[in-house]
Amino acid sequence: MKFKSLALATGMILAAGAASAEVKVGMITTLSGGGAGLGIDVRDGFMLAIEQSGRDDIEVVIEDDQRKPDIAVQLADKMIQSEKVDVLTGIIWSNLAMAVVPAATAQGKFYLSPNAGPSALAGKGCHENYFNVAWQNDNLHEAAGAHANSAGHAKSFILAPNYPAGKDALTGYKRFFEGELAGEIYTKLGQTDYAAEIAQIRASGADSVFFFLPGGMGISFLKQYADSGVDLPVVGPAFSFDQGILQAVGGAALGVVNTSQWNKDIDNATNAAFVSSFQEKYGRLPSLYASQGFDTANLLVSAVAAADVGDAGAFRDALRAANFDSTRGDFSFGPNHHPVQTIYAREVIQEGDVFTNKIIGKALENHSDAYAGDCKM
Amino acid sequence: MSHILIAEQVLNGLQFGVMLFLMAAGLTLIFGVMGLINLAHGSLYMIGAFFAAVVAGWTGSFLLALIAAMAAAAAAGALVELVVIRRLYDKDHLDQVLATFALILIFSEGTRWVFGSFPLFLDIPDALSGPVTLPGGIQYPLYRLVLIGTGLGVALGLGLLITRTRIGIQIRAGENDREMIAALGVDISRLYTLVFALGAALAGLAGALVGAIQSVQVGMGEPVLILAFVVIVIGGIGSIRGALVGAILVGLTDTLGGVFLPELFKLFMEPSAATSVGSSLASMAIYILMAVVLIWRPTGLFGARA
Repeated sequence: MKFKSLALATGMILAAGAASAEVKVGMITTLSGGGAGLGIDVRDGFMLAIEQSGRDDIEVVIEDDQRKPDIAVQLADKMIQSEKVDVLTGIIWSNLAMAVVPAATAQGKFYLSPNAGPSALAGKGCHENYFNVAWQNDNLHEAAGAHANSAGHAKSFILAPNYPAGKDALTGYKRFFEGELAGEIYTKLGQTDYAAEIAQIRASGADSVFFFLPGGMGISFLKQYADSGVDLPVVGPAFSFDQGILQAVGGAALGVVNTSQWNKDIDNATNAAFVSSFQEKYGRLPSLYASQGFDTANLLVSAVAAADVGDAGAFRDALRAANFDSTRGDFSFGPNHHPVQTIYAREVIQEGDVFTNKIIGKALENHSDAYAGDCKM
Repeated sequence: MSHILIAEQVLNGLQFGVMLFLMAAGLTLIFGVMGLINLAHGSLYMIGAFFAAVVAGWTGSFLLALIAAMAAAAAAGALVELVVIRRLYDKDHLDQVLATFALILIFSEGTRWVFGSFPLFLDIPDALSGPVTLPGGIQYPLYRLVLIGTGLGVALGLGLLITRTRIGIQIRAGENDREMIAALGVDISRLYTLVFALGAALAGLAGALVGAIQSVQVGMGEPVLILAFVVIVIGGIGSIRGALVGAILVGLTDTLGGVFLPELFKLFMEPSAATSVGSSLASMAIYILMAVVLIWRPTGLFGARA
């Protein structure tokens, strides 16, 4: 179960007296169990960027957290104390991030988040050494609310699992949605049968449905929804429509609008090269998680090229400058080190045998987050 | 709240309960006959779903997929019984729990190696997809009605097997006194393998049937396993009838609790707080049910012994 891979970018530094300072990166991510698809995509995207950078002074140590906070904490301790890493990254889940990130940054390590963006780390709990390269958790839900307005929805039925990220999701949607709510449900985390909720949607008189059900929960909901005969339009964040799970949902997802900060058809040279090289190397289409891993690694590479990691102030400034080519086009950090970015509305389409997404418009432009004002760095 | 909605939710609860029964029946048989706590039962459910998805992908036939799911789960069950479980009958429950927990990890990672980390696709056959209109104007998915029918059919068949056949007599005798039936010339180890494979096949069938409307992914069996344990504790360990009654009780409590508790709290609380309190209480409902049943009947509803 527990495997360790020591990946050296393009080989050990052999040249005697090489002046380049070595940067050691600890990646803690989910590589086994039910949520493994996300961690694998982040890892593969990250390692692809490190490989393409051609740098031989970045060493990456990868460990599997099994989606368990206690294991993530142990791994972080080990990486900081015995592996002596300079930078940590990789965590997928917000509850794991909350367990690891504050302790790591307090010990003077840098943390670059390729996924989790809990509100606690964006507002009062922000830290000068913590950078989120993906999004603040609420962002995609806020964009879904904004999209529902522009699509003319006036009465939404909203549901999410009963845990912190689920509450953030509904809060985010309600922050931007201007219509009224036909119903609001918290489902059980890990619930797989949504017949009861679908019956309530049918009886509620709603004109649209918003749901945040990541991973397998979303697959179950969409299949059951499609079979129920309720045909209200559905809006959701990209987490139930990423490349890894769309094939498992199949035709049930066709035409559904979802919001994402990335898609494979964002038109810029970096993104086109990323999509084709990822596909060539791994034999599958990249997901948004893979793009986040790729961007995180490129941010790191840009900072390593500009500053010595031993000089924390200079390295931090180099990270804050975000001087790298993102797959999302323009990329910059807000005052709380979270991205300021455009979030798109995408529609699920079928290309040949493959289900994938196509951008249909911008839901929010140059969007920051609601917590930046609380951050005192 | 309309009568249609209530009727629909009762059907949902029934369907959930009947699927739980397929899991719980195997678990209770194995516990009753062999005295074995099998945590790996959820893995057999997962194996059923994965084989159904693969065979449905190859052949396009849902019926063949169901047969493959049962065959694969039964084969995996028999293999596990012969290689691992057989050594655990004389050990205490802690050893059994440890060994079968290890089996969960082995099956999960093995499945991930063979089938990959991403969920598989398994869909309802076209003939069974879409809703039908029931008397009273209830729109209800046909596939869920088929699940209810299948589950009740299996329950009936299993009841007849246990009460009316020679194998059934041996199984019941094995529950009561395993030394005695061994002394009477019944090949007890063959019987154990058979019961284990039967329980595994039922779990595989449940995995395949439910997989068509849910996500076929690694780790899908463990949440169901926990509920199945609740069911057999409520129903009484070793009792098929108890498993059926317990499963339907749990299914109805879980579904109706999730719907009506938040509504109930809305009568005297503000809506968002009511939703949050009601949802939290609803997730506890089946455990409260279990506690109440155990206080009233410590051996479960149909349990013969503690």
